Amino acid sequence: MTSHSQTKKQKLSVREMIDHKKNTKSLSTITEKLVPIILFLFALISILTTVGIIYTLLNETIEFFKQVPIIDFFTGTVLKPLSQNPEFGILPLINGTILSSLIAMLVAGPIGIMAAIYLSEYASDRVRRVLKPMLEVLAGIPTIVYGFFAFTFVTPILRSIWPSIDATNILSPGIVMGVMIIPMIASLSEDAMSSVPNSMREGAFALGATRLESTFKVVIPAALSGIIASFILGISRAIGETMIVTIASGSSKNFTFDITESMQTMTAYIVEVAGGEAPAGSTIYFSLYAVAMTLFVFTLIMNLLARYVSRKFREEY
Amino acid sequence: MNYIDIQQVQKKMNTRIVKNNILKYIFFISTTIGLVVLAALLIQVFTQGLSAINMDFITGRLSTEASRAGIMGAILGTFWLMVVVIPVTIVIGIGTALFLELYLKGGKIQSLIQTNISNLAGVPSIVYGILGLTIFVRAMDFGNIVLAGGLTLSLLILPIVIVAAQESIRSVPQHLMEASYGMGATKWQTIRRIILPAALPGMLTGAILAISRAIGETAPLTVIGIPALLIPFPGGIFDKFTALPMQIYYWTLDSSLVEEYANLAAATIIVLLLLLFLLNSAAIFIRNKFQHRY
Repeated sequence: MTSHSQTKKQKLSVREMIDHKKNTKSLSTITEKLVPIILFLFALISILTTVGIIYTLLNETIEFFKQVPIIDFFTGTVLKPLSQNPEFGILPLINGTILSSLIAMLVAGPIGIMAAIYLSEYASDRVRRVLKPMLEVLAGIPTIVYGFFAFTFVTPILRSIWPSIDATNILSPGIVMGVMIIPMIASLSEDAMSSVPNSMREGAFALGATRLESTFKVVIPAALSGIIASFILGISRAIGETMIVTIASGSSKNFTFDITESMQTMTAYIVEVAGGEAPAGSTIYFSLYAVAMTLFVFTLIMNLLARYVSRKFREEY
Repeated sequence: MNYIDIQQVQKKMNTRIVKNNILKYIFFISTTIGLVVLAALLIQVFTQGLSAINMDFITGRLSTEASRAGIMGAILGTFWLMVVVIPVTIVIGIGTALFLELYLKGGKIQSLIQTNISNLAGVPSIVYGILGLTIFVRAMDFGNIVLAGGLTLSLLILPIVIVAAQESIRSVPQHLMEASYGMGATKWQTIRRIILPAALPGMLTGAILAISRAIGETAPLTVIGIPALLIPFPGGIFDKFTALPMQIYYWTLDSSLVEEYANLAAATIIVLLLLLFLLNSAAIFIRNKFQHRY
């Protein structure tokens, strides 16, 4: 009889067991409630990083524009932060940045897209599996190593071909930066081209197209949004690249279009001024933030544009 | 009656095929250009650097005299940086990914944080340097110590770690989680015992690749202000430091004054590349050995 009553006592319904468990404040119920809060705090850090970047840049940039009129900053062609009568015109830096990015894209654009065509349209599976990881090694090499390479290898070669070139110039870092960006453009464009369905290529072949014609008349138009997005991301990468230009292009703030001369980019200026330990509160110190803000806005626009292009003009199959 | 003039077609066909074949080789050559440059880079670095590498160089202290200079201080600096970066990025990165994928799936807030993370991934590293300089070095008044540099680098690579962790959480099949819930496990129990073990290899692979990016990163450190000639070895995360890429930077810059510095820079690059090679091999090993296929 006792055994019968005991089993009766244990015959709780599942519902009751769940309620019982919910009501006891055990360690596990506390962790259940605590974990999301802790994880939320971790996720908050990425938001705080953005807020921190924008706040610090904006704050000090406004301070800078109180000392230097904003129009002088964006239209000034003379940058002499260290002279007796300092002048802060950002145009020489923007000029250097655009020229070096342009050279880089002239190298990386054609080569990157041709590599993407080869990998996506011509290469056999086996060849692709060897070549692609090797290309990606290029993307994994630290930029400082590319800087060393540009300075000690590419510049001397350029000077032996073209003796009038300066020891520090914008051409050599531009070329090396282009090589650095090749894998990025190749791999993003290849992704875009590989996602074009095979039926479309086969349709072209059935109409008598050669592989080349199917590539240029079918695959590339279909993958265009992805290819353009990869170009924009490449430009954004070139604009933000620091060490290669800092080492190989020197620090003269020339406002010129002669690519054999030394020029400074926005990134290189930041390195020079911050490394020189400008006293906090001086105009030079604040100019650091104004230049960084400009750089930040440039790359942000590029990244948003890339995302917009790849979303808006994507062909869905 | 002939609708198609076969001779015309064949005449045209030949040029089309020849064009196709020629361009095929041009495309192939373009693919290999990158590899040729990579080979040139490695040959240049090794021919210049190997002569300077010896035991004294690895274990020695920095010096203005090229023949006596060693990079133990820079190696230790990089080591201490990683002591900060590795735990911070792994904990915060995986935590954020878990939150986004499992607690916040769908909804406005998730897409807000997601957009924010992909924008952060596109911010130039030098801007992170400015953030580190302003927040960690000046506002929090750490000075240019390992902790400030490590936290800056952590913020820089966090987006990469988060995205990699998210992808590996997504690759855990839904039915595993449902089975766990069906057995009566709570959410955290499911995460800890089912999702984390299944997703960990992918998370670690992504984290190691991100960390190797942090090791080679120079620009944020130049902004924080690393002394060019730091003789004492850093002994902890509160010491002033220099790091391998910083040393490469200073020696390359000064190589126009003292020629031997270029050899030292090349030798330091060899050490750095070896370190990165080891880390990447570890990442590939983990991926191949522990990755589950469902």
